Amino acid sequence: MGVAPAATPPLAGFRPETREFMAQIVSRYPTRRAGLLPLLSLAQEEHGYLTVEAMEQIAAFLGLSPTEVYETASFYTLLHFRPIGEHLVQVCTNLSCALLGARPVVEHLKQRLGVREGETTADGLFTLETVECIAACGGAPALQVNGRYYERMTPSAADALLDRLAGER
Amino acid sequence: MADTIGLTLNGRSQEVAPAATIWQAARAVGLEVPTLCYDSRVAPAGNCRVCMVEVAGERVLAPACARQVQPGMVIETQSPKAVAARRMVVELYLADHPLGTCGVGKGCELEALARRLGLRGSRFPARSSAPKPDLSSPVIAVDLSKCILCRRCISACSDLQVNNVIGLDARGFSTTISFDTNLAMGRSTCVSCGECVSACPTEALVERLHQDVAFRPDARKTRTVCPYCGVGCNVELHVVDNRVVRVTGTRESAVNLGKLCVKGRFGYDFIQHPDRLTRALIRRPGVPREAADQGDPRDCFREASWDEALDLVAARLGGLKARYGPDALGVVSSAKCPNEENYLIQKFARVVLGTNNVDHCIRLCHASSVAALIYALGSGAMTNSSFEVYSSDVIIVMGSNTTENHPIISSHMRQAAKRGATLIVIDPRRIELVNHAHIWLRQRPGTDVALLNGLMHVILKEGLHDEAFIRGRTEGFEQLGPVIEAYPPERVEAITGVPAADLVRVARLYGRAKAAAIYWGMGMSQHTTGTDNCLSLINLGLLCGHVGREGTGLNPLRGQNNVQGAGDMGAIPDNYPGYQPVEDPGTREKFERAWGVPLNPRRGLTITEMMEAMRQGGLRGMYIVGENPLVSEANIAHARAALFRLEWIVAQDIFLNETARYADVVLPAACFAEKGGTYTNTDRRVQLARQAVEPPGEARADWEIICDVAVRMGYPMPYEDLAEVFAEAAAVTPIYAGLSYARLQGEGLQWPCADATSVGAPFLHKERFTRGLGRFVPCHQRPPRELPDDDFPFVLNTGRVLEHWHTGSMTRRSHGLDALYPELLVSIHPLDADELRVRSGDRVQVVSRRGRITARAEVTEQTPKGSIFIPFHFAEAAANLLTIDALDPVAKIPEYKFCAVRVERAA
Repeated sequence: MGVAPAATPPLAGFRPETREFMAQIVSRYPTRRAGLLPLLSLAQEEHGYLTVEAMEQIAAFLGLSPTEVYETASFYTLLHFRPIGEHLVQVCTNLSCALLGARPVVEHLKQRLGVREGETTADGLFTLETVECIAACGGAPALQVNGRYYERMTPSAADALLDRLAGER
Repeated sequence: MADTIGLTLNGRSQEVAPAATIWQAARAVGLEVPTLCYDSRVAPAGNCRVCMVEVAGERVLAPACARQVQPGMVIETQSPKAVAARRMVVELYLADHPLGTCGVGKGCELEALARRLGLRGSRFPARSSAPKPDLSSPVIAVDLSKCILCRRCISACSDLQVNNVIGLDARGFSTTISFDTNLAMGRSTCVSCGECVSACPTEALVERLHQDVAFRPDARKTRTVCPYCGVGCNVELHVVDNRVVRVTGTRESAVNLGKLCVKGRFGYDFIQHPDRLTRALIRRPGVPREAADQGDPRDCFREASWDEALDLVAARLGGLKARYGPDALGVVSSAKCPNEENYLIQKFARVVLGTNNVDHCIRLCHASSVAALIYALGSGAMTNSSFEVYSSDVIIVMGSNTTENHPIISSHMRQAAKRGATLIVIDPRRIELVNHAHIWLRQRPGTDVALLNGLMHVILKEGLHDEAFIRGRTEGFEQLGPVIEAYPPERVEAITGVPAADLVRVARLYGRAKAAAIYWGMGMSQHTTGTDNCLSLINLGLLCGHVGREGTGLNPLRGQNNVQGAGDMGAIPDNYPGYQPVEDPGTREKFERAWGVPLNPRRGLTITEMMEAMRQGGLRGMYIVGENPLVSEANIAHARAALFRLEWIVAQDIFLNETARYADVVLPAACFAEKGGTYTNTDRRVQLARQAVEPPGEARADWEIICDVAVRMGYPMPYEDLAEVFAEAAAVTPIYAGLSYARLQGEGLQWPCADATSVGAPFLHKERFTRGLGRFVPCHQRPPRELPDDDFPFVLNTGRVLEHWHTGSMTRRSHGLDALYPELLVSIHPLDADELRVRSGDRVQVVSRRGRITARAEVTEQTPKGSIFIPFHFAEAAANLLTIDALDPVAKIPEYKFCAVRVERAA
C-alpha cells in the first residue's frame, strides 16, 4: 500500500491522542487490517457513533476499502451508524431471554418510550434496540444499558430502571 | 496427471478433466446443473446452494460449482434428495422475491428456475419490509427488494473489476448489499462500470437507459469492438428499431472477458443523437469561417446532394493540387476509423493527391513512444499483451492513469496485484491505481529521465543487470554507464523529490524480478523530452532483460481504439503500411507497382508540422476525417489562426464538431456501429467489427466516401466491400500478410502474422529484436520547455477522465456519461487552494501565456502541490487554449503534460 504525502494527515478526524493510540494498536498486529475492530470501537467512543468520515479514514489508514470497513462494522450490533441516545438500551431477545419473557419487556419499553426498535427518543435520552445473545442467560431476560448488565427484567423493573436513568440527568 | 479421469454422472460413465468441478464436468457432457451464483470468470462462491448434487457415499449434498471431481465419483444431479433440496432453497429465495417481482424484462434467473422446478410460490413468510429503490445513479437502477443476496455483484465488483465498492450490510434477516459505507450508489465511489448489472441474476441491478425498449425480446445482438480506448473490448450492441438500446460485454472475448467500463457500457447514445450529420453541407457563399462562432454553426451551411458535394470536393482538391502542387494538400486520418478506411485514406493521399502529408492523432499521443521503440527495438508497438500481467511478478505503471484511460487493462492489473504481483506506480498524481500499489513514487512533473536513470544507477551498482542478455541481445551498453554514473539516488532525490530509499527499493524489485513489465501512457510521451523518456524506459528494460519473454515488456498503452491500426496502415507521413519507409527507393518502387502510379519520394508533414505549414502558407487545403484538431491541438488559438489561413477545408465526420464547423464542405459519415471493418487494439490484436445499425439520413461509411472522391479525381477505387480492401492492405503489409476476414472471425489475431499458418504473437522480440540487437540510447535529464515562474507559478497537466473521451464529441452526447460528469473541473491541491482561498465548486480562471479558461475547481490531493490538472474534453473551456505547442524534436509531439499557468479566483 502506498502511503501518500498528503496535506491532511491520516485519521485527521480524531483527537491526537486517539490517533496515537490507534497507531499503537495497529503496530501490535502482524497485519494492519487486524486492527479494524479496536479502531472502530475507539472511533465510536470518540464520536458517539461511526461517521462515514471516520470509517473512510480508518479504511485509508488500514489499507482497506470503505466497503470492507463497513461490512465488518455493520455485522456488530454494538457499533452504530447514526447518533444514538445518551442511554443505549439493548434487550436480548435470544432463546433463554425470549423463553423467560423478553418480548413483553421490549413491548413495554416501546410503549413507554414511544419509539420503535432501533429508534431514539425525541429528547435524545434513550435508544432502544433488540440484540442477539449477550451471554447473560443465567439472569434472563437481560438487557444492557451502555454496556452495563441488568438481569431478570420485567416491565416494572424496566420502568424503575428507566426512571432512575432519566433522573440521573 | 492423467488427461481425464473416469466417474459416473447420472448413471453413465464419463471421462472428464481432472481439474474440473462437478458443475464444469456435468456441463462438458451436456448436463446443466442450475445455479444462481456461479460465474465462470471468478472463483466459485458456493453461496446460493442451488447446484447441490448427491455424491454416492457422502452424508451431505455437495455444491457442484465448488467441488472438484475425483476418480470413481458417482454423482446424481437429479436424485430425489438433490431435487428436494434445490426446490427448498429456491422456495426460500421466493420468500424474499415472489414470482412476478421482476418486470422490466431483463429476465430473472430465479423466476425462470422456479418455473422450471414447477414452483408456484413459497411456503415461507415474505419479508415484512424491503429497501426502497435507489435511483441515485444516472445509469444504474438499484432495487434491493428484488435482490436474492447471491453476491454475484460483489464478486463482479471486487474480483472481476477490483473496484471494491459493493459489500454486505448487517447480518441475518436484515442483510442487504451496500455501497461503500452504506451510501446511495450514486454517492459512493462506484465508477458505474455496470459489471454488477451484468452479473445480477434478477432485476435488482439494471440499466436505467432506454429501459422501455432495452429488454425487448426482439432486440437483435451484434458483436463488435468498443469505439473508445485502445483496449479493444468486445461488445454486443442490442438493437431495437435500428437503435442501439443496450450494450453488454462479450464473455468469450480474450480481451475483456465480458468486462466493460462506463464508456463502453453506457456511452452509446451518441450513435442516435439528433446532432448527427445526415446530409452533406456546403458553406454558403460569402460566409466567413468565424461566422460559425455565433449562433448555430449549421446556419453557415446549406444542405447538398452527395453528387454536388463530392463533385465540389474533387474539383477543389484537384484545383489546389494543380495550382500549388501535391504537397500543398494535407490529410488527417482518424484512429476511430477501422484499418481498411485508414488504408484507403493514406492511399488516397499518396496516390490521388500525390502527397505523403497524411497523419493522425498518433502524433498527439504516442508518436514519441513509437519513435523510441522503432529506433531501439525495431517495432513501435506494445512488446507484450496486457493479459500477460497475470504472468508478471513486478508491474511498473509510469505516467499512465490506467484506471481512467484504459479501465479494463487497469482491472487486469488490479487483479494481478490482488493475486500477488508487485504493483509499482510512478506518477506525480495520486491516481486510483495507487490504492492497489505496493510502492508509489511521486516524482516532480518533468523529471522522468532522471528517475529512470536513478533506477538504472542502482541496478548497475548492485549488479542486478542481466549480463548475458546485454552481451547477446543488445548494443550500445558501453555508452550507458558514463551517463548513468551522474544519477546517484541522492542526486535523483534532489531532482525528482523521490526519496532515495524508495528508488533503491524499486530498482531492486525490478532488477530481481523473474518477469517484470513496464506500462506507460502519455505522462511519458507528451513531453518535449517524450522520446528521451521512452528511450530511458527501454534502456531500463534492456538492462534487466525484461523484454522478449511472457510477462515482461515495454508497453505503451494506446489511446484510441484503432490508433495502433491507423499507424500500421500507414496513415503517417514517413511510412507506407507496415512501417515501410517512404524514403526508401526499393519500398517506394514496391508500392508504385502495387498501386500503379508514381509516388512522391519526400516524406510528408506531421499534424503538428502541417499547422506550421498552414501558418507559412505552404499548405493550402486540408481533408480532415474524424478528427477535431481545434480541441485536441496544443495552443488552440494558434492552431485556429493557422487553419483559418487555409484556402479550403473538407471535413468528414459524424458531428459538426468544433473543427468541422469551419470547413467549406462537410461530409456526413457513418459511425462505428454503422459499418464493419477491423480494428487493431493496443495488444496488436486485429479484431473484426460488425455493422449493427444503418447510418442516419444520407450518412455513409468513410471508405465509400473516399472511394467516390478518388473516382472523381481520376483514380478508380472499385472495392466491393471492406474484406476486399483488407485483402489488398494485407498483401502490402508484411505484419498483416497472414490475416484475412476468414481468420479473424473468432477472437482476432495479434500481429505479426506473416503467413496463413502463423497464429500471431502475444509478445515480440522473442529470440531477436525486430531490428536485430536492442539498442541502448542513454539520455540526460532535460527540463520541460516552459518552467513555472513568479507570473505563472503552477504546472499545468492535462489528460482524460474516466467518463469522457478525447474531444468529447461522442461522450458528451451520451446521456449517461454526461450526467455522470457534466462539466470541466480543475483539480488543485488543498494547500494551493487554501493559499488562493478557493474551495471545491468555486469558479477559477486559469491563465497561461497563450490563453485563459474559466471553470470550477475541485480541491483534491490527487494533484501534487504546485500543479493543476485539467481534462481536455471540454470545448467550451478547452485545456488546449492553455497548453504549449513546443514539440519533441524527434517525434514532433507537443508538451501537453507541462506548461506554466496561474490560477485566479473568478468573479
